[in-house]
Amino acid sequence: MQSFKMAIRSILSNKMRSFLTMLGIIIGVASVIMLVSIVTGYMSSMVESFASMGVDRINVSVTNTASRVLEPDEMYEFFDDNRDTFLYMSPTVTPQGRVKYKNETLSSTRVGGYSDDYLSVMGYEMEAGRNISWSDISGNRKMAVLGYYTAWYMFGSSENAVGESLKIGNALFTVAGVVQRQDEDSLEQGGTDDFVWIPYTVAAKMNRSSQIGSYIVTIRDVTKADEDAEMIEDFLYTVFRNDDLYTVVANSSMLAEMNRMISQISLMLGGIAGISLLVAGVGVMNIMLVSVTERTREIGIRKALGAKRRTIMKQFVIEAAVTSTIGGLIGIAVGSVCTGLIGTAIGIKATPTLSAVLISFGVSVGIGLIFGYMPANRAAKLNPIDALRSE
Amino acid sequence: MVPLISLRHIYKIYEMGDETVYANDDISLDIDRGEFVAIVGKSGSGKSTLMNIIGALDVPTKGTYLLGGEDTGEMTDDELAEIRNRMIGFIFQQYNLLPKMSVLENVELPLLYQGVRDRERREIAMEQLKRVGLEDKAFNLPRQLSGGQQQRVSIARALAGSPSLILADEPTGALDSKTSREVLGFIRSLNEEGNTIVMITHDKSIAMHAKRAVQIMDGRITFDGSIEEYAKL
Repeated sequence: MQSFKMAIRSILSNKMRSFLTMLGIIIGVASVIMLVSIVTGYMSSMVESFASMGVDRINVSVTNTASRVLEPDEMYEFFDDNRDTFLYMSPTVTPQGRVKYKNETLSSTRVGGYSDDYLSVMGYEMEAGRNISWSDISGNRKMAVLGYYTAWYMFGSSENAVGESLKIGNALFTVAGVVQRQDEDSLEQGGTDDFVWIPYTVAAKMNRSSQIGSYIVTIRDVTKADEDAEMIEDFLYTVFRNDDLYTVVANSSMLAEMNRMISQISLMLGGIAGISLLVAGVGVMNIMLVSVTERTREIGIRKALGAKRRTIMKQFVIEAAVTSTIGGLIGIAVGSVCTGLIGTAIGIKATPTLSAVLISFGVSVGIGLIFGYMPANRAAKLNPIDALRSE
Repeated sequence: MVPLISLRHIYKIYEMGDETVYANDDISLDIDRGEFVAIVGKSGSGKSTLMNIIGALDVPTKGTYLLGGEDTGEMTDDELAEIRNRMIGFIFQQYNLLPKMSVLENVELPLLYQGVRDRERREIAMEQLKRVGLEDKAFNLPRQLSGGQQQRVSIARALAGSPSLILADEPTGALDSKTSREVLGFIRSLNEEGNTIVMITHDKSIAMHAKRAVQIMDGRITFDGSIEEYAKL
């Protein structure tokens, strides 16, 4: 305790120098915290928006070859056999051709060929008219379901849209229904509410190869995502006998992958910022060496009066450690405040991650101890007679 | 009675380049408790070297030094520190007070290293300050005191740990003649109270305040006797 008091006294007695010593640590710690927290916050918001895209979905894509083809009927059969695992399924086809209304080509409107289940896969609800139906699909009916923005843009309102016509490519489609608005904040071209759905059978016919290469499936139990994905893979293997010909990806595993990437990136960035802490440590050591030289006489007096080597050692190591710890605490405070400010400025929720704070704190204490050791050792070994003579 | 200080055939030898210097050249000396000895010599005579050995700040190259009956020859740095702390009170020429600590804290320092606890330490230190008449300056910084006052604080510090020996190195070197006389008077009264005092000086007139004189020249003792006899030299 006494040593702490002495250390604080010594630090306070030369405020400018102590501050300059701490400055390196403050900057180092603050930048570690800021970098890690902001990157983590940024990536978390990315993950969040990704997660809202459905952790219960599995994307299946296959490459149909001349010898092996996955017919939709086979996929449906597999789906029917496993309705206890899978909830909804829809083939997905992207037709050739853009949406045209009157003379305008709406190139940012997404067009997709799906089944009646797709509405449920996405978790949407109809606002006007009706969804794609099985009879549309089997009858290759050229009907369309519009997104809220698309309907509004083309026809003024959802109700007006029902019954109206639009072209996709060169084919004429009739609007059968409009989906509820999804994005409460903004309505824009190419946004969440700008889309046209048509029956997948119709979409497939609009393509040169009328085969269906991808499906989207929802599972009942999100915790079993990996197993369910494997189930689909096993089934596909029986069809293709070659696992290069199909890909099954569970959104949740992509999420896990993203999280892993985030951790790796934060670690890397933390490491880079950590280099600045190393430099700060060298700064502490330098100042401590200067301090020891300046206080040679004082050390000589203490030794003459009976201070042992380890007493002197402890005095200087603790002084270095207290200095860098205080610097670390200030750095944590500065880093946290700046994290908040910058986060607000760029519009993400960034809070200082606890691990970054704890590690920074630990490191700053460690720096003081490690980089203070050498100068302290030098002080402790001083010959009292020579020390008394100096200055 | 075993002497407090017993030096036997002390040599301190330095190799300076291709020259060999005998800073202390076969010195033998006994000092009993209660004595007041002045070690006198010019600069370069070897008196400082001898003082360092007596003060357990340094060990002789050859010979034995028994302090309070303990042989310092085989002691480690830490053991020497301990003996200094317990047995010796230093009074330096430059006072050597720590500038950033208060007067009281300076006096406490030897007690701190003895491991004495807070309150007791403060009490003892205050007592010593009273003894030198400076208890009202206890919380001042050294630089706020005059030279003579600082030297008295230094004396209080030397006394704080209840040492067996008081070792004063040119105690009046930095003081004017009036203050010097005061300080020397004080040191003499300390001896009258029973403290053993060894005073190092180059000045014969200062040495005259002691009771015994040991003259040192070129590393050897050239005179060792009562102050009356020394006066006749």
